[in-house]
Amino acid sequence: MTQETILVGLAGVLAFATPVIFAVLGETLSERAGVINLSMNGTILLSAMGGFAVAYNTDNILLGFLAGMLIGALVALIVAFASITLKQSQVAVGFVLALTCRDLSYFLGNPYMGVPGPRLQAMPVPVLSDIPVIGPLFFRQDAITYLSFISIFLAWVWIFRTRPGLMLLGIGEKPSAAFIRGANVNLMRYIYTVIGGALIGLAGPAFSLAIRAGWMGTISGLDGIGWIALSITIFGGWNPVRGAFGAYLFAFLQWLGLVLQPVLTQVPSQVLQVAPFPLMILTLLLVNIGNAEWVERTLAAMPESVRKFFAKLLRAMRASPPAALGVPFERD
Amino acid sequence: MLKGRLGNLVFQAIALALAFGVVSLILISLDASPMDAYKNMFVGSVGSVRKIAEVLVAFVPLLLVTAGLLVTFSAGLWNIGVEGQVVLGAIATTWVFRYFLESALPPALIITLAILGGMLGGALWASLTGILKTFGGVNEIFGGLGLNFVSTALTIYLIFGPWKRPGVASMSGTVPFPDQFSLPQLTDLRISPWALGIALIAVVIVYFLLQGTYFGLKLKAVGRNFRAAYLLGIPTWQYSLYSFLICGALAGAAGAVQVAAVYHRLIPSISSGYGYMGLMVAMLINYQALWAVPVAFFFAALNIGSIQLPILMKLDSSLSGVLQGILVLSVLLVAGARQKFTKKA
Repeated sequence: MTQETILVGLAGVLAFATPVIFAVLGETLSERAGVINLSMNGTILLSAMGGFAVAYNTDNILLGFLAGMLIGALVALIVAFASITLKQSQVAVGFVLALTCRDLSYFLGNPYMGVPGPRLQAMPVPVLSDIPVIGPLFFRQDAITYLSFISIFLAWVWIFRTRPGLMLLGIGEKPSAAFIRGANVNLMRYIYTVIGGALIGLAGPAFSLAIRAGWMGTISGLDGIGWIALSITIFGGWNPVRGAFGAYLFAFLQWLGLVLQPVLTQVPSQVLQVAPFPLMILTLLLVNIGNAEWVERTLAAMPESVRKFFAKLLRAMRASPPAALGVPFERD
Repeated sequence: MLKGRLGNLVFQAIALALAFGVVSLILISLDASPMDAYKNMFVGSVGSVRKIAEVLVAFVPLLLVTAGLLVTFSAGLWNIGVEGQVVLGAIATTWVFRYFLESALPPALIITLAILGGMLGGALWASLTGILKTFGGVNEIFGGLGLNFVSTALTIYLIFGPWKRPGVASMSGTVPFPDQFSLPQLTDLRISPWALGIALIAVVIVYFLLQGTYFGLKLKAVGRNFRAAYLLGIPTWQYSLYSFLICGALAGAAGAVQVAAVYHRLIPSISSGYGYMGLMVAMLINYQALWAVPVAFFFAALNIGSIQLPILMKLDSSLSGVLQGILVLSVLLVAGARQKFTKKA
């Protein structure tokens, strides 16, 4: 394999991760505010179909992306309304929406199956794209991939370096304290859930208008991506940068599966495609195991030096969810 | 004003009307007649004895899965991994059949062993989610989802690898088993009364387990308030694991029936989404075992009734899933609105 093909492959990894990045960022914002949007898998499929349909009918790619965001925002609004206003289980509503939106995308998308349509073209950045290695890797992508780079940075700055971001953290960790400081907890949760939903809705068109243009229904290879993004959000410890790293790692593993296929001929391709899932479970285990009671007990019984080493290791990997995640806020 | 049983019925009716209203609007927006669609779905599901038998074929695994989920829901667990537990049940059943392919044992014994094997397979797979949850701190939703994907990959690996058809492996599955390995069916109809019996017995057992035993009471205590149950001396993590094992065994039975009575081989989509559908049914019936039978039948009827839609009306058969989803969603929303409304009054 030449250096050229590896570079092209890795640039493809960055592009392929784009939908997952938007989904992870959207879910991170929503969950930071305390609302789990479990509908993600269905939202992405419906926005992929809807975004493509709008772009196809209007011949305007931008409108397609906006339609995807609108769909994501609307689905998130249902989640927010049902869980915040009507106090129903976020998991139940989100799960039903995940299935319903998926079936709805197959149902409404039927006329668009396999229809050729518009596609976002690569947009090399002048000068920067000529830098060796970095140029072909980062600066010969399409507009939506550039947007994903910027969004990771913006989301991180917003959450960890601004005043409203501090408020957001408070709403997810200790809503009662945030309320005393004057935050309208439930309104903020509505806003972040809907904005997060719009970002998740961007993931669909990022696939159906860029990576694999068109709508292929059940065989588009998109079903399941939302569930992966959900695990990556946890893996990322509700941090945009760590989440983005998880998304790139996932895309890299998928690419590795494709590359290794000719070498591992006896393994069916479908098996390599799901290789990230056992790894995902393993990482979730590593991220969570530090929270388990028996681990603490076992560690306490160990000699000082061993305990310190493991405690440090576990703390580095550990990620704890926002304390008020999934808990409705009631002012009393 | 609207309280008790009458109130429940009124609100269920509102939710039903809301769901059919929304789906009708979707159909009208596509220039399709809602009445025609519903009529075709009705005729296509209960229009003839043959169709009803088809509905029952889908009803059996769905009821088994729902019965199992009632147990995990009682323990306060979201066992999304149920889909993979169905798959592993099917794989284990196939394995047992393959093991006894040349054996001289009576077929009835082999079928019994195969179904028990399926239940064991489902239970073991469920225990993975349970162990990840209780000892690894991995939420059962994520552990279960990951294992679902792994189970699908395992099926495909087996079909294309060790268990492939002589000659060329294909998505059509493994070599069909000989006739004597099939659960006895009614003449001319695909439904096996044995499979139907297993499913109905399962739901009755689950009903009594949850309503009439000390075990069920403790399980519900764990589900309602994990911490309080623990302080009361209930071994909480054991009860969580038990509920996973029971649900996995019933889901495994569903997979076993799919192999022994429906497909007679292992196919890539052997679970047919019944696991996820069972979660919807369990939510719709608000986790009450008695309603599992009629609602599971209704959902199965929608699935079978929509099969002909692409031919009759050029509509995608996923309409049944849309209708089921919007129905569950309306029930959740109406229930929430009702609570809000009655609290204020």
